[in-house]
Parts: sequence; C-alpha cells; structure tokens
Amino acid sequence: MSIEWYIVLSSLLFATGAMGILLRRSPIVILLCLELMLNAGNLALVAFSRMVGNEEGQVFALVVMVVAACEVVVGLGLIVAIFRRKLPLDVDELTELRG
Amino acid sequence: MEAVLFFAAALGALGGAIGVVAMRNPFYSVLALIVHLFSLAVLFLLLSSAFIAAAQVVVYAGAVMVLYVFVVAYVGSGDESAWEPLPGQRLLAPLIGIALFVELAIAVLASSLLALGSDGPEVEAGFGDPAAIGYLLLEKFLVPFEASSILLLLAAVGAIVLAGRRREGGRA
Repeated sequence: MSIEWYIVLSSLLFATGAMGILLRRSPIVILLCLELMLNAGNLALVAFSRMVGNEEGQVFALVVMVVAACEVVVGLGLIVAIFRRKLPLDVDELTELRG
Repeated sequence: MEAVLFFAAALGALGGAIGVVAMRNPFYSVLALIVHLFSLAVLFLLLSSAFIAAAQVVVYAGAVMVLYVFVVAYVGSGDESAWEPLPGQRLLAPLIGIALFVELAIAVLASSLLALGSDGPEVEAGFGDPAAIGYLLLEKFLVPFEASSILLLLAAVGAIVLAGRRREGGRA
C-alpha cells in the first residue's frame, strides 16, 4: 500500500475526532475524541517515518503516547473532581470560567 | 494480502472512530475506542513498526482504556440529554469536520511530496524493532526521554492533587 492511503486515513480519523469534540457534551467523550485526534497524528508520524525509511518518527509517536497518557490522567482526575463536587458532567453547564 | 489487511484495519479504525462519536452511552464509546486502537496497531504493523504496535496494544488498549472504564463506571454512564443548548450544533459540527478533512486533503495533495505515492524505501528486517527504538531513545533522544518521564511523574502528582479526598475542611 502506498503511504498516501495511510495519510488520507489519518486525516479522516483526525476530522472525525474534531467533529466529535464539537458535537458531544460529555467531558469523558470529549477526552475520547481527543484520543482519536492524537492517534490520527500518531498514524501520520509512523507513516511518514516509513516513507523516509528512518525510525526517528516512531520515537516522536512514542512521545505522543506519553503525552496522551498524561492528558488522560489529568483529564480523568478533573472529571472525578467534578463528580465529587456534585457538579453536572456537561461542558455546557460548567460555565463558571466564561468571561 | 497487504491490501486486504490494510482495508480491514482501516475499516475497523474508521468504524471505531465513528462509534466513539455516535454512541450515546460513554461506556460503548470506550469499547468502540478499543476496537479503533487495535485496528491502528494492525496498521502500525503493516508500516513495519513492531514496537509502536506492541506499545499501542499494551499501553493504550490495555492500561489507558482500563482507566477510562474505571472512571465511566465510577461516575455512571448517564446518557446525554437530547436538549441542545447551541442551536444548529448537530448540523454545524459534521460540516466543520468535513471542511477540516477537505483542508487536510488539499494540504497533502499540495505538499508535492513525491515519495507519498510510493510504498516507501526497502527496509531491512530490524526496522522499528525494540532494539532500534531503544537505541534511538537512549542515544539520540535521551533528553526528550527524561523530560517525558518527568512529565509522567508530574501528571501522576497532579491527578492525586485533583482527585484526592481531603480529610478536613469544607472543600471536598
């Protein structure tokens, strides 16, 4: 398969993730859609690394995985904190920081 | 054979992604994301990056998804209300998604990378195996490697501070 196919699939997945973030209101699902976008980026990184024939892009993908794990930990911690304070788990109702 | 595997994995990845967005119950969204991650691992194997594929299955589909399942089970998987605070959100969001895809496709087509149409150069058998990645991580990219370990530690401390139960005081 030529590398083009992987890049097209990656941009399709990225657009799907962005659409989910715009569409959904539950913070858990928004975090899941962020995962989709990060994984689409990972797929593009690995595909480009194969295209160049050099493993350095795969190290980038590994670092993206680490950052994604950190984001999940902090995001889920925030969700648990929101739940503990008996606030609604809906990004449209959490408007305290709105200017 | 390779094309069949690619299209099967691509279908799984795309179906999983659409499932994440479309499922009303967050628990099913998490399950759809697991399907998506396994399909991506197959794609990584097709791109001859065995270590990334293994890390994807062990770290993502294993550890991170278990964390998600725990939190969804903890906060309860309440369905989203059908009430729409932003009028036209259901209509506008897919349109913006399609526009983003068109924009990315134009960017790829206009990049004039000649190698995009090829299968990539021939690589030897050890391409992307744990030894090669480990050599790169500990020789060339040692500083980013250490920085990411500090980032993981900070994230763990931050999660404990955010979600931890405080003993005294009014702030729960």
